[in-house]
Amino acid sequence: MTGDDARHLPLEDIHKTAGAKFGPFAGWSMPLTYPAGVMKEHLHVREHAGLFDISHMKLFEVEGPDAVALLDLACPLDAGALAPSQSKYTLLLDEKAGILDDLIVTRLGDSRFMVVANAGNAAADEAHLKAVAAGFDVRITPLDRVFLALQGPDAAAVLSHAGVEAGSLVFMHGIEPKEDWFLTRSGYTGEDGFEIGLPEADARELIARLFEDERVQWIGLAARDSLRLEAGLCLHGQDIGPVTTPVDAGLMWAIPKEIRASGTFIGAPALRAAIAAGAARKRVGLKPEGRQPVRAGTPLFDADGNPAGTVTSGGFGPSAGHPVAMGYVSAALASPGTPLFAEVRGTKIPVAIHPLPFTPHRYRKG
Amino acid sequence: MTKTYFTEDHEWIRVEGGVATIGITDYAQEQLGDIVFVELPEIGRQLVKGDTAVVVESVKAASDVYAPVDGEITEANEALSADPALVNSAAAGEGWLWKMKLADESQLNGLMDEAAYNSHIG
Repeated sequence: MTGDDARHLPLEDIHKTAGAKFGPFAGWSMPLTYPAGVMKEHLHVREHAGLFDISHMKLFEVEGPDAVALLDLACPLDAGALAPSQSKYTLLLDEKAGILDDLIVTRLGDSRFMVVANAGNAAADEAHLKAVAAGFDVRITPLDRVFLALQGPDAAAVLSHAGVEAGSLVFMHGIEPKEDWFLTRSGYTGEDGFEIGLPEADARELIARLFEDERVQWIGLAARDSLRLEAGLCLHGQDIGPVTTPVDAGLMWAIPKEIRASGTFIGAPALRAAIAAGAARKRVGLKPEGRQPVRAGTPLFDADGNPAGTVTSGGFGPSAGHPVAMGYVSAALASPGTPLFAEVRGTKIPVAIHPLPFTPHRYRKG
Repeated sequence: MTKTYFTEDHEWIRVEGGVATIGITDYAQEQLGDIVFVELPEIGRQLVKGDTAVVVESVKAASDVYAPVDGEITEANEALSADPALVNSAAAGEGWLWKMKLADESQLNGLMDEAAYNSHIG
């Protein structure tokens, strides 16, 4: 399953005891499912509270007098406009406005920010940020933390029950409730919930307290993927990457209007050119007809059999109750009602353009 | 008389009067996880050992199920169209996949019996 060179989670023993099946992801050996199975795990998050070990993801502290300037150069962001404890979804762009990674940036102080990066990109992000930071007075420090996500409608109650009061925190805000802790109200499931970075010893204690509550279950990477897909959230390396821009990825909402117009971030000229040209292709939600899942990499065709695009993520949506997918299609074909077909093992399956998300977001916006 | 054989690919083959009923083992369904779709074969299709007969789709991935022997498909388990999770809940029974008329019964000789299969999955 996983090579010997795979990295192991600090809490792997806990997952083994919980009966996890492991598989490789982004260079890590990760719990894919627990004995309940992906379907039950997925539904449990939508109904109660699921705990995910996402310690493969990386936390970076960005600190120094030029922290705002660095972030504003690396990302299409107005970091100085973030209020204390406010988080923002943003992108690391290259000169071509290609997406190197998607990040959550949280303001912790006047000149101190927390950056959460994807596992597979963490090393490249660190090198990139440090290169961009040359000449700036700023420190970029990767933190050694266990990172947990607690997601679902019972997440706030469960966390409070475990002795961590975070009920007043609203969606996309983050705080440091204890030394070396970082707690945000955010997630990757479309549900209310929290992401918590903390030292390993504290994590073991918190997990023990969380599991005193029967509303909590471990959730593996397989359900994390089906949850985020139903929620219409992108997976970097699959739905977005260096060959997609925020324009075709439909992520312009993440870039403030004045930054689009006058920001001086890396890739700004390319992004402005892409905006002016308009997207040649667009990321859309796709609903295959019937029960058969349509997977990533499946080619899409229009009614005349001409190539129309490609599926970038696809599977079965346990809450939706039908297959769900997303992908890129030619802009002319991206409107609802356009008949499209996915070719799976020689059979053409009708797919409908479907609005994202497939299941409504239930964030706690205060 | 009925006899059940097993393959290294985690299929079971129950043979009665020259017709084989084929499914995946409980071990296999557990490895695959929740099954959400089964692509059933056409009746009358001629299969050669190793051909993909059925595709079983879990939430996460698609897996091929191969013909363990040569033969002609005589029946597909239509109940799986409405309830693919039968493969999980009753892998060795109601969750069977297809039936085929055996072309050469001697091909069964190389397959495992239940005891050998159980030690194979150890």
